[in-house]
Amino acid sequence: MTAPRNKRCTEEEAVAELRSGMTIGFGGWGSRRKPMSAVRAILRSDLTDLTVVSWGGPDVGLLCAAGKVKRLLYAFVSLDSIPLEPHFRAARQSGAIEDEPYDEGMFLLGLQAAAWRVPFLPTRVGLGSDLLRDNPRLRMVTSPYDDGEELVAAPAIPMDAAFVHMNRSDARGNGQYLGPDPYFDDLFLGAAEKRFLSTERIVPTEQLSEEGPPQSLVISRLLVDGVIEAPNGAHFTSCAPDYDRDEAFQKQYAASAKSPEAWDEFRTSWLDLSEADYQAKVRSL
Amino acid sequence: MSELHELVHRADVCVVAVAECFRGDGEILANPIGTIPMIGGRLARATFEPDLAMTDGEARLIADDAAFAWPGGPVVEHFNPYRHMFDWVWNGRRHVMMGATQVDRYGNQNIAAIGDYARPKVQLLGYRGAPGNTINDVTSYWVPNHSPAVVCEAVDTVCGIGWDRAAALGPEASRYHEIRRVVTNLCVLDFETPDHRMRLRSVHPGVTVDEVRDATGFDLVVPDDVPGSRLPTPDEVELIDSVIDPDGLRLREVPDP
Repeated sequence: MTAPRNKRCTEEEAVAELRSGMTIGFGGWGSRRKPMSAVRAILRSDLTDLTVVSWGGPDVGLLCAAGKVKRLLYAFVSLDSIPLEPHFRAARQSGAIEDEPYDEGMFLLGLQAAAWRVPFLPTRVGLGSDLLRDNPRLRMVTSPYDDGEELVAAPAIPMDAAFVHMNRSDARGNGQYLGPDPYFDDLFLGAAEKRFLSTERIVPTEQLSEEGPPQSLVISRLLVDGVIEAPNGAHFTSCAPDYDRDEAFQKQYAASAKSPEAWDEFRTSWLDLSEADYQAKVRSL
Repeated sequence: MSELHELVHRADVCVVAVAECFRGDGEILANPIGTIPMIGGRLARATFEPDLAMTDGEARLIADDAAFAWPGGPVVEHFNPYRHMFDWVWNGRRHVMMGATQVDRYGNQNIAAIGDYARPKVQLLGYRGAPGNTINDVTSYWVPNHSPAVVCEAVDTVCGIGWDRAAALGPEASRYHEIRRVVTNLCVLDFETPDHRMRLRSVHPGVTVDEVRDATGFDLVVPDDVPGSRLPTPDEVELIDSVIDPDGLRLREVPDP
């Protein structure tokens, strides 16, 4: 008998697959169900010059603050309960990152195009707006049909690697969300070469159906190369129903943008330590 | 005798003005974003537009009149994750009310960045869904802090496209575009002029036309007779107070002057 692929790995092993200069996507949305343990592992690494693709939240802010980001592809960056992401703002206002803006729907089409392996998907979105000025990658396309309509060609957004965080999965990468919204995590994995899923808890495959209905099983193992068990791994973003956002922690994080000293202190306290030590420290709060 | 504006909350006038934006919309997704917009949308559905569909602010369409809290859980009509929202946006069965950090005389809106976009003075959220919303759906705006910096001569970045940008695209590309109203803490603005320049539609009780002019960064179209904004009926006040927003979140967003 041939054994199935062994996909179990740690954040460190996943990050060892990455290289500086890569394009890396992060699932979730704003400050919700973000693969934060993977983000923290990247922060501990010597990776640099990354192109980041995200429905942006503190993943973007942390990577910007740590100087890991060369270019950012996004439609928004927000901490939800704190509408504007201070580290992202600082990076934009100081000119530290290259900016590639999208409309939310156009961003979806870019992920979908990459997952479907086509160069673009046509859309009305963007017509007349300054997106066509601010994102020089955008081009127009003319309908080949009788209508001849001029549309925007939303470009595919392929990635070298992507990380998503799920409530549950089995060891083979069948991922399950139990919260309010699946977001676009399957598209990130579909659009990426190296695909990593972290999860609150790895359970036997037969237990997945006890955790939630079939429609909660939104990630197939066909989309996953590495499975990371990461309890509380989305901290401090929300991972409902397992836990809500840690608002007090998020406030502390946001305040770390006030000065280089505040950032250094946050970094020393919360980022220059292993994931296990981080989680132990969070539990002791 | 008390003046009219001492008898009604300014916030309630704003709520009614938001509700009026959705009058006549029928069976579509009313998607007001923000505190007073959500309350206004709920009021429209609870009174004169019963076929509107509305979200819980996240991934469900719910039937409840309460705007923000549903002890025991809301009555869920439909699963509406973010991805599905784009089906409504692009299908056109939606009227969105967004915020605006800047909005100009044609209804061009900016929520991305203040100053030169390439190196902004103030980075905001990003483009979010504004380009796609405005080219596909009826759009209105909510401005809780009407001032010349917000209702301004020119926006720094056009996220949501206004009537002049839509006209420049031609009739085919702009056929689904409509900027309907801008509701502010001072007044209601619309674009019902020959070239769709912003017009003062009504002033809230206690606000003068000159105050609106002073708070606006360009020359508004001002009719000879500017009516007062519609006041909430006693039934509407009761509904808002007891069901839609019993915690009074609206009064925190727009305090009485």
